[in-house]
Amino acid sequence: MTEKLKTPPAAAAGAKHSVSNLLKKYTMPIALVVVFVFFSFLTKGKLLYAQNISNLFLQNAYVLVMAAGMLLCILTGGNVDLSVGSTLCLVGAIAAQLLSRGNLGAVTVILICLAVACVIGMWQGFWIGNMHIPPFICTLAGMFLFRGLGRVVLASKTVSISNQTFLNIFTSYITIPGVDSEALHLSAFIVGCLVAVGILVNAVLSRGKKLKKGYAVAAPAGYYAKIIIIDLLIVAYSWKLSNYKGIPVMILWVLGVLALFTFITSKTAFGRYFYAVGGNEKATKLSGIDTRKVYFAAYFIMSVLAGFSGLLVSARLGAVNGDTGMSYEMDAIGACFIGGASAYGGSGTVPGIVVGAILLGVINQGMSIYGLDNNWQYVVKGAVLLTAVIFDVVSNHKTGKSG
Amino acid sequence: MEDNILVMKDITKEFPGVKALNDVNLEVRRGEIHALVGENGAGKSTLMNVLSGTFPHGSYTGEIIYNGEECNFKTVRDSEKIGIVIIHQELALIPELSIGENIFLGNERRGRFGINWDETFAQAQKHMSQVGLKDKATTLIKDIGTGKQQLVEIAKALSKNVKLLILDEPTSSLNEEEARMLLDMLIGFKKEGMTSIIISHKISEIAYVADRITVLRDGAAIETLDNSAHDVDEGRIIRGMVGRELTDRFPARERKTEGDAVLEVEDWCVHHPVYTEKEVVSHVSFHVNRGEIVGFSGLQGAGRTELARSLFGHSYGAEVTGTLKLNGGEVNLKNERAAIEAGLAYVTEDRKDNGLVLMDTIAVNNTMARLEKVCSRGGVIDINRENAVAEEYRKLLDTRTPTVQQSVGNLSGGNQQKVLLSKWMFADPDVLILDEPTRGIDVGAKYEIYCIMNDLISQGRSVVMISSEMPELLGMCDRIYVMNEGRIVGEFTAAEATQEKIMEAILCSDKKEEIKEVKTA
Repeated sequence: MTEKLKTPPAAAAGAKHSVSNLLKKYTMPIALVVVFVFFSFLTKGKLLYAQNISNLFLQNAYVLVMAAGMLLCILTGGNVDLSVGSTLCLVGAIAAQLLSRGNLGAVTVILICLAVACVIGMWQGFWIGNMHIPPFICTLAGMFLFRGLGRVVLASKTVSISNQTFLNIFTSYITIPGVDSEALHLSAFIVGCLVAVGILVNAVLSRGKKLKKGYAVAAPAGYYAKIIIIDLLIVAYSWKLSNYKGIPVMILWVLGVLALFTFITSKTAFGRYFYAVGGNEKATKLSGIDTRKVYFAAYFIMSVLAGFSGLLVSARLGAVNGDTGMSYEMDAIGACFIGGASAYGGSGTVPGIVVGAILLGVINQGMSIYGLDNNWQYVVKGAVLLTAVIFDVVSNHKTGKSG
Repeated sequence: MEDNILVMKDITKEFPGVKALNDVNLEVRRGEIHALVGENGAGKSTLMNVLSGTFPHGSYTGEIIYNGEECNFKTVRDSEKIGIVIIHQELALIPELSIGENIFLGNERRGRFGINWDETFAQAQKHMSQVGLKDKATTLIKDIGTGKQQLVEIAKALSKNVKLLILDEPTSSLNEEEARMLLDMLIGFKKEGMTSIIISHKISEIAYVADRITVLRDGAAIETLDNSAHDVDEGRIIRGMVGRELTDRFPARERKTEGDAVLEVEDWCVHHPVYTEKEVVSHVSFHVNRGEIVGFSGLQGAGRTELARSLFGHSYGAEVTGTLKLNGGEVNLKNERAAIEAGLAYVTEDRKDNGLVLMDTIAVNNTMARLEKVCSRGGVIDINRENAVAEEYRKLLDTRTPTVQQSVGNLSGGNQQKVLLSKWMFADPDVLILDEPTRGIDVGAKYEIYCIMNDLISQGRSVVMISSEMPELLGMCDRIYVMNEGRIVGEFTAAEATQEKIMEAILCSDKKEEIKEVKTA
C-alpha cells in the first residue's frame, strides 16, 4: 500500500538531484536571503528602514572595493594581502594632512594619494612578483611599515577633513532639482528602473545573438528567472534609496570598481591569467604567460584599491587617525572566502565576493541594530566565516573536485 | 580445485551516472602474477580500489573472498593488516622525508619514547636490500629518481608483510631497463611465494611477466587468458581490450627524409639550474625538416626533456648556449612567449603538473597558449568564439566529453592528452615537440594520437617526438636521434633503425667511446 503512494523513485531522485544542484550553485545568495530575513525579524523590521538599507552599502564600501583586489591575490593561489588596512590608513593620512594645509585642491590631493598607492603597489608587487618573497611575509611587513608611516604622517594625532569639495566627491547624494524633493528622491527610483530595464533588454538581445550564431545558450526559464530576480532587487533597492536622500555618490564609485573588476576577471585575457596561475602555475608559465607579471599585477592593483578605499573611508568618517583601517584586511579576506573564492586559488568570482561582503555587512548591521554585544559580534562573524569555508570544502569534496 | 588466494565475486560499483564495474569476477591463484589489462576507464583501478578498501564495504555490491574468508574492508588499513598492499600509479612518497621515514610512514617503529630511529633505519635498509636499492635509508626521496622511488614503494609494501601486492602501472614512468629490472624482481618475489596483481598498458611487459591475464572492457571482465608459457599473442590481448582487431598499431604514412630544415640546433649546451657546474645537455646538434617526425630515444635522465625545454624559450636550465635556427633564421628565444610566437610548441610529458589547469574547463585550457587569438585588440575575450574553438577541436580530435565546459580534471588520461594537444595545435606552431605523448594512455587512444601526429605532418608542420617506448619511435618516426648523458650518441633513419641498434648506441656511449665513431657505426 505505502509503496504505491510514493512518488516513482527515479522521478523523485531526479527532482532531488536538481534541487540539490540549485542549492549548491546558489548557496551563498540563498544564505544571504535567509540571514536578511532572519535579521529583519530579529530587529522587528528596523533593518529594512530606508536609512539602514542605504547605509548598508556605504558602510561596506571599503570592503567591497578591497575585496575586488583581494580576489585577485587569492586567485593566484590562496595568497592574501595583509597590508591593505595599513595602506588605507597611510593614504587616508596623506589625504587628510594635505587637505588640512589647504594649499592644494581636492582633485590634486586625490591624484597625489592615488599616485602614492601606486608606489606602494609597485613596492609590494616588485618583492612578491619579481623577487619571489612569500606574499604572506611581504604583506605582513607592509602591514607594519605602512601603519607606522601613516602614524608618522599624522604625527600621532587625529586629523579631520573639512574640505567640502573632497567630501562632496565621495559622500554627497545626487539631487536633481524638480524631480527630487526632501521627502522623496524620485530620481533614484527612476534610475533604478532604467537600469533594470536595461539589464533585461541586454539579456534578451545577447541571448538572441547567441542563438542566431548557433552558440550554446542557457535554458530560458533559469536564465530569465535570474535576470528578473536581479531586476526586482535593483528596483526595490532604488525605491529604498529614493526614500532616503537619493543615490549616494559613493555607491557609484563602488559600483564602478565592481563593474570594472567583474569585466576584467570574466572577460579579459589579463583577468584569465590570475585564474590560470592559481590553477596551475607551471602549466601557465609553459603556456608563455609571464607569471611574475601576474603576481605583480595582483598586488599592485590591490594596493591601488586599498589607497582608493583610504579616500572613501576618510571622506566618510571625516577624519583619519592612527588606527583607521585597523583589521580592515580581515573584512576583505573574509568577504572573499565567504563569497566562494577557493582558499587554494584558481576559483572565485566578483559577484560571489559581493554577495560575501554584503552577507558580512548584513550580519554586522543586523547585530548592531539588535544591540548585540560587540564581543559576541566577533564570535558570530568567526562562526560564519568558518561555516562558509567548511561548506565550500565539503561540497567540493563531494562533487569530486580536489582542492 | 584451484588454490585461490583471492576470489572477487559479482563486483558491481556505481558512480553517479556511470556503472564503473558490472558483475566482475576475478580469481587470483596463490603465488602467481596476475595481470589486469584494459583500456582507460575499463575499470581496472576501480576494481583494485574496491579490493584494497579505498572504496569501503557497502559502497559496492559483491563479495571479496581472501584466503577462503569473506572480507569487508572499511579502510585501506583493514586490507593492509591481512597483507594486501596496493601501490598506486602516482607514487605516495613525501619528497622532503628520508627513504626510511617514508617506508615506515603511518607504521612507525615505536620505541619507549617516540620513534625508534635506529630500528627504523636498520629495518628500512633490510627491505631496501630486498628490492636491490643500494642507497642509504637516510637519503631524502627528492634526491633519488623516479625508478628508485618505485622501488621504495615496493620496499614499503614489503615492510607491511605483504602477501598480495597490487601494482597500478608500475612502469609508466620508468625507462625500459628499469622496467625490466622491476619485472624481474616481481618474478623473483613470485618464487618466494608472493602473489602479485599488475595493471599495465604495456602489452609486451604483460606477456613477459604474467602467468594469467584478465581483460577488462567497459567495466566487465571479458576473459582470462593463460600465459604460463609466456607466449600469448599480443594481438589477442589487444583484441580483447578494444573489442576489435587492431591490425596496425601505427597508422600508415609515407616516410621521408628530404625537405627544408625547419629547426636547426647547433652546439647546444645546458647546465643544471641549481647545480650549475653540471652539464645536462652537452654540445647537441640536430635538425628537423619540414613534414618530418623526428624521434628522440634514450634512457630516463638522458637529457631529452631538458634539451626540449631549454629550446622552448629557455624554460629549463642555466647558461644555455648554442645556436637555434627556425626556418633558416637564427633566433634567440628568451622566454616561453617568444618561443610560441616563433612557432615552437612544447607539449609536456607531465600533463597534470605542467600541461593543464585541471580545475578549469576544456575551453579555457584549449586557448591558454594563444589566448590573444580569441581576444579583441583590447584583450577582451570573446567567450563564444573560445567555446566554438574548443568545440571545433573536440570534433577534430574526437575528445570524448559531454561538453567543452567540463573540467579537464574529470577527463580520462587519453582525453586529457587530446586537450593538451588541442591547446598546442591551437597555438599554430611550425614545430611541435611532443614529450612522451602517449604515456599512461590506452592502446586505442595511442593510435588516435599517432593519427593526429600524421595529420600535423600532412599540414606541413614538423614533430619532434621524445619517447621511452622504442616500438612507437620505430613505428612513427622518419629519423631517430639517440641521446645518452646529455649527448647525441646516434642518428638513424627509419629504414636502418632497430631496437638493437638503438640500445647498442646507448650502451657503447657508456663505454666512453668517441661519439663520432658511434655515429658512423
